[in-house]
Amino acid sequence: MSLLDVEDLSVSFHTPDGIVKAVRNVSFSLKEGTTVGIVGESGSGKSVMSQTIMGLTRGAQVSGKVVFDGRDMFTLKRDALQALRGSEIAMIFQDPLSSLHPYYRVGWQIVEAIRAHDKGLSKAKAHERAVELLGLVGIPQPQRRIDDFPHQFSGGMRQRVMIAMAISLNPKLLIADEPTTALDVTVQAQVLDVLKRIQREFGTAIMMITHDLGVIADMADDVIVMYAGTAMEKSGQHDMFYEHHHPYTEGLLESLPAYGDLRERLRPITGQPPSLINLPTGCPYHPRCPYVMDVCRTKVPPLRQVFGEGPHQSACWLPTDKEGRAAARAAVAAGTYSGATDARLTGDRT
Amino acid sequence: MLRFLVRRIAQGILVLVLVTIAVYALFFAGSPRDIARRIAGRQATPEVVDRAYHRLGLDQPFYAQYRHFVWRLLHGDLGFDFYNGQPVTTVLKQAAPVTLSLAVGAAILWFILGVSTGVYSSVRPRSFIDRAFTASALFFYSIPVFVLGLTLIYFLFFRLTKAGHRWFPASGYVGLTTSVSQWALHLILPWLTLALISAAAYTRLSRSSMLEVLGEDYVRTARAKGLSEKRVILRHALRSALTPVVTQFGIDAASVIGGAILTETVFGLPGLGWESVHAIGNQNLPIIIGVVLISATAIVVANILVDMLYAVLDPRVRLS
Ligand SMILES: Nc1ncnc2c1ncn2[C@@H]1O[C@H](COP(=O)(O)OP(=O)(O)O)[C@@H](O)[C@H]1O
Ligand code: SF4
Ligand SMILES: [Mg+2]
Repeated sequence: MSLLDVEDLSVSFHTPDGIVKAVRNVSFSLKEGTTVGIVGESGSGKSVMSQTIMGLTRGAQVSGKVVFDGRDMFTLKRDALQALRGSEIAMIFQDPLSSLHPYYRVGWQIVEAIRAHDKGLSKAKAHERAVELLGLVGIPQPQRRIDDFPHQFSGGMRQRVMIAMAISLNPKLLIADEPTTALDVTVQAQVLDVLKRIQREFGTAIMMITHDLGVIADMADDVIVMYAGTAMEKSGQHDMFYEHHHPYTEGLLESLPAYGDLRERLRPITGQPPSLINLPTGCPYHPRCPYVMDVCRTKVPPLRQVFGEGPHQSACWLPTDKEGRAAARAAVAAGTYSGATDARLTGDRT
Repeated sequence: MLRFLVRRIAQGILVLVLVTIAVYALFFAGSPRDIARRIAGRQATPEVVDRAYHRLGLDQPFYAQYRHFVWRLLHGDLGFDFYNGQPVTTVLKQAAPVTLSLAVGAAILWFILGVSTGVYSSVRPRSFIDRAFTASALFFYSIPVFVLGLTLIYFLFFRLTKAGHRWFPASGYVGLTTSVSQWALHLILPWLTLALISAAAYTRLSRSSMLEVLGEDYVRTARAKGLSEKRVILRHALRSALTPVVTQFGIDAASVIGGAILTETVFGLPGLGWESVHAIGNQNLPIIIGVVLISATAIVVANILVDMLYAVLDPRVRLS
């Protein structure tokens, strides 16, 4: 049974400029102790989606269903939701400096989190536990550092403090929203190691949000590629890197030096992500897609099973079999791609 | 931090020195006889003018006069009120507690009033209550002290008394040591007047400060921790939102003497403001000089206190 089920989740904001459709019809599920990676350019709705799952989105119109551990998050009473936040689902954010309160000692903030849920625990016991947690996430001399303020820590250490606070009640699910984006590369790896170790030790499920495919390669079991607020492709980690179907996924990979085809030049995706107020008709990716066909401009591609049996879905009108998809790729590479809706998609149909 | 504080105190002392020089230059310029006449007051007899002339050492060179002036100040001697024939300190010692009672009471009231309405507004922006608070803040902000004071007297004293409810006295002051309840009763209307007018700015300031802080990442963290909304607002958001409010409070609390002048006049409270109005009427310069020096000191001290409070509130200031 899965720990988290997100069904057809949509989130929109009414703004003076119009309705911002930040998340559209996203569904996925996450099994206990596993990691789902949510990847996409900035502005693709990753943060809004994750915060909506926790009920933290304010002033938004939300539809769909989120079931966590058998409980429907959107019909839970306020007290029940509060009791669940921070204890069963915890969250860490991109910028650990602004995410910790500047006026309170880190120990105080961790103790507050623990005692918000474990009211019977004495302050001394909670303090002891906080020291233990800081040690667990690899902060040297936790006994001494616990009385420091957030600004007295380095970026990586601050994110460890956030992690310590997030895991203080041994949550079943940890939502990590770009936890390493604000850190430099070596520190990134250390923080990811801490997360992996915690997952191994406590069996925590992780929803890892990132725009960095390196993080996905390092952490994720399953991957959801998001674009313009919706899921473009869902697959296992291996397929995402080596058997991807969606042109957007391909574009993301090719814009990355370590994963792109080394014989080719590095190719950033051309153009800009669409406005979430005025979405393009048909496939939201069509203005930037090298494979665009007539059908793409008018009909929204549904998520379809691709490449046979495995759990692999793609929202794209290209052929769903490996040969057809490969032919399209070859045609685009050769410059003979005609954009026809025909199965083999090449200039000289056979 | 300590260095910062020492520097601020040194700056404060410098400001006070400049104030004494300015006061001296302003009030003690001209021929010695003129000065003596001015200080002695409008209706002074020639003997009094003579006394003033000698007491102020006006026969000595200018710098020696100034040195004496400062020397006397340092010994708590603010000069002699020739008009009433008593030391200035005697007059001010009677007046200061009145102003202090008025100022402290009003300040507490306006702080609580302003911050609570501001916080409430920020939690429910654009609600009916928010708009009501905004409108009344604007109303009280633009109404002159004496209009509000007289209106309160009219309704809460005159009309009530006529209707047979003598709840509040119209004017006067009773010392705190004489009777606490009478003290408070005599001050309620003045407190309310001064507080309502000053609270308006605090409603706006705390509202905007809160709205800004409520959008901060650490407030989202507080919610994500599963804290109650009350705790998120009061312990996390308000804690930071208070910093600019407290700064403003320090500035306003120091300059409350200005607002007190009118309030004291309307309610017949014999405080520093009332004394200075009378002193101006009688051209009683020593009293005016005394009030100026005391106000300047109050402002300097309040500013240093605000800086210290900053450090207490914000560890980033304290620990840098
Ligand atoms: N409160 C809000 N009001 C209006 N628009 C919002 C609000 N929050 C987020 N958005 C919009 O939703 C879109 C998705 O944002 P976000 O989830 O932060 O993207 P990501 O995390 O993938 O970078 C953005 O275009 C953003 O401007
Ligand atoms: S549906 Fe069409 S436009 Fe969209 S990604 Fe697939 S080929 Fe490109
Ligand atoms: Mg984001």
